[in-house]
Amino acid sequence: MSTVTDSIFLPATAARFDNLVTLYPVKRSALVPMLLYAQDEIGYVSDAVVAEIAQRLDLLELDVRGVLSYYSMLRTEPAGKFNVQVCTNISCMIVGGYDILDHCKQRLGIGHKGVTPDGQFSLEEVECIGACCWAPAMQVNYDFHDNLTPAKVDAILDDYAAGRGEDVK
Amino acid sequence: MPTLVSHPDEVKVLSRRFGQGAANIDRYLELDGYKAVQKAIENGPEWVISEMKASGLRGRGGAGFPTGMKWSFVPKTSEKPKYVLVNGDESEPGTCKDHVIFLHDPHAIIEGTMIAGLAIGAKMGFIYLRGEYRYLLKIVEKAVADAYAKGVLGKNIFGKEGVDFDIVTQTGAGAYEVGEESALMESLEGKRGVPRIKPPFPAVVGLYGGPTVINNAETIASAPHILLMGGAEYAKIGSERNGGTRLFGISGMVERPGIYELPMGYNLKKAIYEVAGGVKGGKKLKAVVPGGSSCPVLTADELDVGLDFDQMGKAGTMLGSGGIVVLDETVSMVEFALRTIKFYQHESCGWCIPCREGTDWLKKTLTRFYNGGGNAKDINNIQYLAENMMGRTFCPLGDAAAMPTIAFVKKFRHEFEEYLGGTRTEKNFITTDELVGAAH
Repeated sequence: MSTVTDSIFLPATAARFDNLVTLYPVKRSALVPMLLYAQDEIGYVSDAVVAEIAQRLDLLELDVRGVLSYYSMLRTEPAGKFNVQVCTNISCMIVGGYDILDHCKQRLGIGHKGVTPDGQFSLEEVECIGACCWAPAMQVNYDFHDNLTPAKVDAILDDYAAGRGEDVK
Repeated sequence: MPTLVSHPDEVKVLSRRFGQGAANIDRYLELDGYKAVQKAIENGPEWVISEMKASGLRGRGGAGFPTGMKWSFVPKTSEKPKYVLVNGDESEPGTCKDHVIFLHDPHAIIEGTMIAGLAIGAKMGFIYLRGEYRYLLKIVEKAVADAYAKGVLGKNIFGKEGVDFDIVTQTGAGAYEVGEESALMESLEGKRGVPRIKPPFPAVVGLYGGPTVINNAETIASAPHILLMGGAEYAKIGSERNGGTRLFGISGMVERPGIYELPMGYNLKKAIYEVAGGVKGGKKLKAVVPGGSSCPVLTADELDVGLDFDQMGKAGTMLGSGGIVVLDETVSMVEFALRTIKFYQHESCGWCIPCREGTDWLKKTLTRFYNGGGNAKDINNIQYLAENMMGRTFCPLGDAAAMPTIAFVKKFRHEFEEYLGGTRTEKNFITTDELVGAAH
């Protein structure tokens, strides 16, 4: 039973949050993971998410928003169902990272931080994702795809579009 | 999925369980897992710290601070609880070594955390992974749960009365700055990841105000191996004052990119030409970023140097995170400098003005320059701006942005001049809208 009676989250997520706040010496330590897990479920950090997390952690909504605005993975607008994040940092750049980004732009018909009209895909140019030795690389939601070529990207995006893609949460 | 590579010159200490299924706790136990921590419990904290000091292990995050000494700085008694904090926020461009440790040997990180805890008298440890590493977080979470189920973690571990240790895993949510130790503590406390002023150092006032040891994931994962083989034996593998091995991630324009475990002091040129198979397609090497994007670049003539903290320092650069990025002759150093500074400008947390404004002006100037709108004065201005950021910020992010920029201008000034003269021949990579403006 959740400590929040009218939680906006699914029962499993609400239970997870109930547990999360007990793990640390200070409840507030659960804030960053909670924001990210909430986003995983709702799609973005909505006003309602901010309100419930503030309530759960005995914080002001202002405190939550201050933290929210700091972390680049957290967003306050919906992204696509599959958020394609292409790394163009140094190791990726020099082995074709921008070709991959441009290919995604063309294929999806959207630019950096764009969302396709059907809400299926969004695209982001991101900083180093820690896959330098297997560059060029991208993430679709949390899943890594590396040693990319435009043809490989097509196959990956086809898989997601057809509901066959992996989606770790 | 990251592919594993191998080379005969490797000395596999840290990586010896890679590809062996050691993320499974039973397999880890078969492969001498959790023997080191039991040895540590038997022999006590003084012994652990003396072995760690003897090992010559230095921080693998990039600063190279001796680990045994760091552990010894924690006060023996403390009113507040003590903590171990493992830094797995790996975000330095060119660096992906912790990625493979979390993937292949997560229990080594758990065991190392326990050893650090025993050494300093902490009963709780945190393993913090960057938010992008969700699949790795799940692997570590499973490993932690398995360790509790086996009685390796929790109360009275290994059946020893009064020996308790708890581990909590934590995810970040996208922030390079959080890799800095004091910003990491802020983030773990549920705040914006801005740095704290030092002193006090974390060993005295750290997480939740308690004495805290913060180590990079690779450093922590090295501890069990050191205790098993003995500090002195570990030290012998490396070079003077640089014990052991480390994971070098060789990326960019080489034939066989990958993570290789080489002895400290291994020759950089050999690492590129023999271990990683040389420059891809037989092209000419132009430059090497030797330890992550914050390290000053080396030219093709400067590569005959040993990969350890002291030799790299003498060569005017840093060993850093061990992320070696190799650039061939087709890369424009002006463009490379711009892409590097775009990153630091994006990641500056804005807490210190020299870093916030400095990275922004460097990006603006380099963008204009890159797009053909530069003038001769810009070249000196870029260097001057960067030099004035040095040492003027709470954390090293300002320096991390300034150091490579200064080196790009100093060592490749002719390329900046070629941009002005319109005689540059290198192709363009960047297509980021904000960087390729109307001047193009």
